[in-house]
Amino acid sequence: MLYSEKVMDHFTNPRNVGKLDDADGIGEVGNAKCGDIMKIYIKVKDGIISDVKFNTFGCGSAIASSSMATEMIKGKPLSQALELTNKAVAEALDGLPAYKMHCSVLAEEAIRAAIKDYYDKNGIEYDKAQFPDPSEGE
Amino acid sequence: MAKTIYVDNAATTAMSDAAIAAMTPYLKEIYGNPSSLHTVGQVAKEALESAREKIAKCINAQPGEIYFTSGGSESDNQAIRSAAYAGLAHGKKHIISTAFEHHAVLHTLKKLEKEGFEVTYLDVHPYGAVTAKQVEEAIRDDTALVTVMYANNEIGTIQPIEEIGKACKKRNVIFHTDAVQAVGHIPVDVRKDNIDMLSASAHKFHGPKGVGFLFCRTGVPLKTFIEGGAQEKGRRAGTENIAGVNAMAAALCEATGNLEKNMKKLAFLRDKLIDGLSRIPHSKLNGSRENRLPGNVNMCFEGIEGESLLLLLDAKGICASSGSACTSGSLDPSHVLLALGLPHEVAHGSLRLSLSEANSEEDIDFIIRSVPEVVNYLRSISPVWEDLEKGKRPHLI
Repeated sequence: MLYSEKVMDHFTNPRNVGKLDDADGIGEVGNAKCGDIMKIYIKVKDGIISDVKFNTFGCGSAIASSSMATEMIKGKPLSQALELTNKAVAEALDGLPAYKMHCSVLAEEAIRAAIKDYYDKNGIEYDKAQFPDPSEGE
Repeated sequence: MAKTIYVDNAATTAMSDAAIAAMTPYLKEIYGNPSSLHTVGQVAKEALESAREKIAKCINAQPGEIYFTSGGSESDNQAIRSAAYAGLAHGKKHIISTAFEHHAVLHTLKKLEKEGFEVTYLDVHPYGAVTAKQVEEAIRDDTALVTVMYANNEIGTIQPIEEIGKACKKRNVIFHTDAVQAVGHIPVDVRKDNIDMLSASAHKFHGPKGVGFLFCRTGVPLKTFIEGGAQEKGRRAGTENIAGVNAMAAALCEATGNLEKNMKKLAFLRDKLIDGLSRIPHSKLNGSRENRLPGNVNMCFEGIEGESLLLLLDAKGICASSGSACTSGSLDPSHVLLALGLPHEVAHGSLRLSLSEANSEEDIDFIIRSVPEVVNYLRSISPVWEDLEKGKRPHLI
């Protein structure tokens, strides 16, 4: 099979699907032309991600990566969520095919974008170097 | 596990009982090498030539014009290179083709371009066909070859082969057609269609994989592709795949014998499927509605991605295919859909359903029920669909 059982589980039965109307931060990354867009909504309380939802346009591994990544940051402090790497997402899914690794990269970027949005909206200072523009270099 | 509904027959077909029955004796009792002079070998030789005769008859060719190969890709490679180099010997370095050929043709042409040939890729228009007039206008004094597929493998559109053949004949240019999707599915007559070279593959018409043929009209030069023994008149060395060739002949005889009946049945199922799926909002049929293979349905659904659509349909037992980038392992969606002028974001959401005689009306009803469920679900979690519905992004279809 193309995908691991974990990927298929998170694809066919994704966790945290949906939107948060009162989101504190929203991150959207990807490009419809390239075939995948990920949008992550976070709710933050006392520096902790109290709730998270996602909407994704993309292939099976993009949806599974969104599901897994949101599971991994739910209930975690922002500082810890910012440390989540695409590799960790892919590993938690028992691996992704090499040409699908960019899906896990998108998940990492979407989370960072949502956190950055939260910082911006709330006037919280942060180290800009920590948030490189994901659209650069495309 | 749900019942499997296999609607990916343009990728490959199940072998027919007739093909399997024709194959097995050559795996067991009749194992001889046709090049051997003894009886065991000569029985195999007779079977080989009998298969050649049967296949020739199915497309109105002479037995001596049929060369057995490993399949469509090999036939395409040999035909195109052969005609190109024959032209080159007379200073001809121009080839005409279309933008949406199979990769076996396109990649061969790209290689030839690197070797100094010039290739004109004709536009296939939004409806997915070239015209004979386009070909006529593109032919130059130094044109060595015109290669245009009989029917497209993704969108099923049928090209005006007879007229193109006529135009090539008038200008004395070799005409090759990749007929892998056509042979055994629609009437193919190499004489009536003025075809000089034709590629076909057994597994597309219920024969086995790994075997096909190349028709090369008497008088059209054919270069040796695989060096070695004298098999296939020295044009294609290697001990013949007797079992495969006999199964191919049986499959093709059966397919052409039932052609009218099968075409009628498939066209009915196809039209029902197209009508049913066209009720999905912001969907689009790719390629001409009328001028297409009896078993081909290819549609795009806006706001979703093809691979996730395929996987969820597979979970319901429906085996289909898509032209999305993610299914090909490349960054771009299908070159065929892009050649029709579809934007990338729309082409990513494509679905091809290619039917066979084994499909029933109940299968079609099940697909018509299942596809909208999956499309609606994927749209419900798609940020692209949200933007489309909110007017933040214009609907393209």
